[in-house]
Amino acid sequence: MPDITTLTLTDLRAKLAAKDISATQATQACLDRIQATEPKVDALLCVQAEAVLEQAKALDQAGPDKDKPLWGVPIVVKDAICTKGVPTTCGSKILENFVPFYDATCVERLKNAGAILLGKANMDEFAMGSSTENSAFKPTRNPWALDKVPGGSSGGSGATVAAGQCFSSLGTDTGGSIRLPAAFCGVTGIKPTYGRISRYGVVAYGSSLDQVGPMARTPTDCAAMLAVMSGHDPKDSTSAPRPVPDFEAETAARRDLKGLRLGMPGEYWGEGLTPEVRDRCQAAMDTAKSLGAEIVPVKLPHTQYAIATYYIVAMAEASSNLARFDGVRYGYRSPEARDLKELYELSRSKGFGEEVQRRIVLGTYVLSAGYYDAYYRKAAQVRRLIRQDFLNAFEKCDVIVGPTSPFTAFGLGEKTGDPLQMYLADIFTISLNLSGLPGLSVPVGLGKDTGLPVGLQMFGKAWDEATILGAAHALSGALPGLGEPKGL
Amino acid sequence: MKFTPEQAAKVAALARLTLPEDKLEHLAAQMGDILSYMDTLASCPTDGVEPLYSPVEHDTPMREDKARKTCQRADVLAQAPESDGRFFIVPKIVAG
Repeated sequence: MPDITTLTLTDLRAKLAAKDISATQATQACLDRIQATEPKVDALLCVQAEAVLEQAKALDQAGPDKDKPLWGVPIVVKDAICTKGVPTTCGSKILENFVPFYDATCVERLKNAGAILLGKANMDEFAMGSSTENSAFKPTRNPWALDKVPGGSSGGSGATVAAGQCFSSLGTDTGGSIRLPAAFCGVTGIKPTYGRISRYGVVAYGSSLDQVGPMARTPTDCAAMLAVMSGHDPKDSTSAPRPVPDFEAETAARRDLKGLRLGMPGEYWGEGLTPEVRDRCQAAMDTAKSLGAEIVPVKLPHTQYAIATYYIVAMAEASSNLARFDGVRYGYRSPEARDLKELYELSRSKGFGEEVQRRIVLGTYVLSAGYYDAYYRKAAQVRRLIRQDFLNAFEKCDVIVGPTSPFTAFGLGEKTGDPLQMYLADIFTISLNLSGLPGLSVPVGLGKDTGLPVGLQMFGKAWDEATILGAAHALSGALPGLGEPKGL
Repeated sequence: MKFTPEQAAKVAALARLTLPEDKLEHLAAQMGDILSYMDTLASCPTDGVEPLYSPVEHDTPMREDKARKTCQRADVLAQAPESDGRFFIVPKIVAG
């Protein structure tokens, strides 16, 4: 039998159902892999070794359950997502000792589906960053090259899948935080339509932008995870009361790209791409064409404003959301405070890291009287124009395609001194969050200069995750695999 | 855009953050750079464009105004930095 940890989630599930592999064996294989690779990648903030082995043993005693679609599948959850009885730090000192007494709805649904939650993934503090270097605890390293970042903010979630520590992980995507680490780590990651997955129990960063989504080895694996987590949740008013398609069946059913119009926006394929990213993505488009896709040019003319728009909206929402961390009800409290004002100021000043403080201050500024119209209202207006660009483009095509990032994974420490340069890493991902549309990143090969993974991004119409998952499935099936990460 | 350390300190105070003196100048310079970049939005014509604050398209109906027990007091207080078992404890608010 091949090493269990190299199986896809879909293959593992079949072997678990057939009792070729027990839940205990799958769990133990992941724990062994974590022990072997974690000292190199630092992808995880906590591992529940004893508890998950007990859980796996109980599952084995009860036997496979066809009503539990993820029966016995070990997964990892980003530390921004509340997990009952398991620390949820959001990568921050201010929540270092926080142990929620409830599960986020997405976690509850995964558990009900029989998934085994191995542990929590490292992340940029409060999901603010593009490299996972902003974690208050440690930076995560890219399994393909240990001196490179895994992308952020769900870098731990990307690295843990790439390193074979689990079969899927959860990330959150506010401005590309699932798709960027997926691209850098050579895995597939999808940000669903805003409202597809409940945000109840997810620590809020930019409330109108945040979405939970899965990262896994294949688009079909992502579809299996998405199917379990999707659907209306009365605990989240932004969760949409819409039917959930059979994502898995629709994804697996697509064998080619016949009848699919792929839109190539000039703004994503112009200057600024490194030659290796351009080559790999262009080669993938050639493959798509050979699979029957029709390639059509489309325009997204407001792309040039996307980063400024995004950061104004995200920082404004963050400054408001993070007001709840005041040292009163949970989280870090400064012992030096003599009155309530000092309690707030000292707890927040010592508990939050530098990037979080920078974004809170900027968010407070753009929302303050006198500047609100010039920044926040203006950004909200441009946001509508950016969304309208997509709606116009989707009149000409079914899927919009472009590189996930202009470059492959960059070096640890390379961009930490210049926040604006770090923000520019999100240039191709953030428009999607502003628009609320679904998008994924799928690996399309290794860059010929760096040998690091290159991701191709596919944007879909609202609620049309099945089409982009199916297209990614057909395309990746026609491309050579990446092989094993070279950094391990 | 020029952003002074004094301005940075003032905005930080509004956000209930106290930044050390030696970091204020650095933060102010970074804020100046970032806000200058954000100022590029001024060149985007938006007359008559309705702001988009959320991509939610469905109605978000109000919940029934009815008290429900969703969690136990002990669970909530268990996370508190300081409590007396019934309430959160904070430093004295009113002098005297």
